Amino acid sequence: MAATRSGVSSFSRSVSTGTSRNPGVKHGPNGTTFISSGIPDLDKILGGGYSLGSLVMIMEDAEAPHHMLLLRNFMSQGLLHKQPLLYATSASTDPKGFLGTLPAPASPKEDKTRHLTNEKDLRIAWQYKKYFGDPQLSINSNYGAHHDYCNDFDLRKPLERHFYSGKNADCVSIQDSPNLTSLQDQCAGFLSQFSRNEANISSAGRIAIQSFCSPQCKYANMEWHMLSFIRSLKAMTRSSNAVVVVTFPPSLLSPSCSKRLQHMADTLLSVRAIPDEDKEMARLLTGYQDMVGLLNVHKVARLNTQVPVILEATTFSIKLQKRRYLVLECLNQAPVDGSSGSSYNTSGSCSGSTKAGSLDF
Amino acid sequence: MEHKEANLLNESLGLDSNNNFYGRFVLVEDTVDTSAAFVLHHILNRTFSSHPSSSVIFLALSNTFSHYDRILRKIGCNLAAQRDNNRFFFIDLLMLQFPDEGKSKHNGFAAVFEKIETLIKALPQDNMKCVTIMIDDISFLQLAANGSSDHVLDFLHYCYTLTSEYGCAFVALDHRDIYLNEDKPDIILEMEHLADVLVKAEPLATGLAKDVHGQLMVFIKQHGISPVKIHNFHFKIKENSIECFYPGTKI
Repeated sequence: MAATRSGVSSFSRSVSTGTSRNPGVKHGPNGTTFISSGIPDLDKILGGGYSLGSLVMIMEDAEAPHHMLLLRNFMSQGLLHKQPLLYATSASTDPKGFLGTLPAPASPKEDKTRHLTNEKDLRIAWQYKKYFGDPQLSINSNYGAHHDYCNDFDLRKPLERHFYSGKNADCVSIQDSPNLTSLQDQCAGFLSQFSRNEANISSAGRIAIQSFCSPQCKYANMEWHMLSFIRSLKAMTRSSNAVVVVTFPPSLLSPSCSKRLQHMADTLLSVRAIPDEDKEMARLLTGYQDMVGLLNVHKVARLNTQVPVILEATTFSIKLQKRRYLVLECLNQAPVDGSSGSSYNTSGSCSGSTKAGSLDF
Repeated sequence: MEHKEANLLNESLGLDSNNNFYGRFVLVEDTVDTSAAFVLHHILNRTFSSHPSSSVIFLALSNTFSHYDRILRKIGCNLAAQRDNNRFFFIDLLMLQFPDEGKSKHNGFAAVFEKIETLIKALPQDNMKCVTIMIDDISFLQLAANGSSDHVLDFLHYCYTLTSEYGCAFVALDHRDIYLNEDKPDIILEMEHLADVLVKAEPLATGLAKDVHGQLMVFIKQHGISPVKIHNFHFKIKENSIECFYPGTKI
């Protein structure tokens, strides 16, 4: 009995020391460490956040900038935790200006009212509880607990300047560079700060690359060059305490190139806009009016393990609560016929995947 | 100690009752949705447990040593110890990248191949017959060569010749869906042609499920009366084993 007790306590101790020393990181299974994606719901879906050493790829929708929501929150969260950031963009020549558009954490007071409204919603809908699915409920109940690790961000409030004016944030524009060699050197230099030698993680780095492979870049027709870059970036990240998030437009690449990128990703997400007046969808899904887009989770990082992560649902709706807070929810089909909750999820993702067909996912 | 569940996988691969892959080429194919890396882990474990003098030369292009070490430890094989015993040779090619000009990239592959050959030659005479060469991602080889499929094919052919020259086993993983839209997917076609055993991992047509992680198709080319032997079954990956079963037989 003593043996089991000591086993349990040593496990919990290592977890608690990790989180208390550095609020920005959290220990996960198989010796991995998570940092927050900046979206509480996404952390929950991915089982804790993005794992350090992993490459996260987000497939953009050509019609909507929803990938920017994920990217902005990821960057803001890092700056809030004083984690160094390297931001590269091919969309503009003024990357520093982009930092001014990052969201700020929501103030506690606003947060409180938000919880109250949430509970009210739930009380009204108690009879439909089984249609909600567990993740959503547990996500709501856990908001307060992990506030150190992951913040709620108010998308309408810009991040205060002092968070990014220091040396913490590096910005690069890759629009005019003829190839990716300089960016690769920069990433290598950045990642070398976080090499995984020490036992404890003092700091974690974040690299955000926006619209990689977009056609306005000079290297846009050099597919092998871009693929090699991502590959070496992945190899460098593997041995460092950093997370790289890359967004790319799959529709602008050749199918085989896009597939190769998807294979390279440890965590693969895609975002999709939803048409404004799709009456069929509106009838099918509850809360359709509040949705701004859909998030698909294709692959979840599995470092140090061979077991794939199978999620309850892979399609989530992106909602803006009060036009301020980013919320991800399982798709809830309107309760028309009396089938079980799990089939709702699958039918939701089925209708999603038929949509995806035209987008080459 | 073999897990009972993995018997079906062993049986279909032709690995039951002390058979092995020596002298043959095994090609494993997967897709974005269903990774087949677990087949490599299984073969690795099986190789080390089956014969006391067997050794593996592992060309790692996609994952680090610690990743494989942790996975294999859960299955029941200590890679670090095997490495110290000179039975596991981990060649780290994660940053392998050849410069873009002229002939230099060919020399790069030649150097890798020379390394493999010297490793085999350095082994004691008895162990030389029990060498497995494993590549964890063929598609990354093409990236390292800046897209030149000819150089990759040359290299793979050279590796393939080792199966007849030294009686090595050659195991390689590639991604099937990359080549679906290519005009001339010569790498995958030639490799499929050469393969003695072809393992394809696919997702279920009905989508993801918690209890079934995908399906495996195993083609074994026999040089006898029946040309190809096909096995088709579902699998579920666990930390310490693979559970394989025929469709509909799992309770």
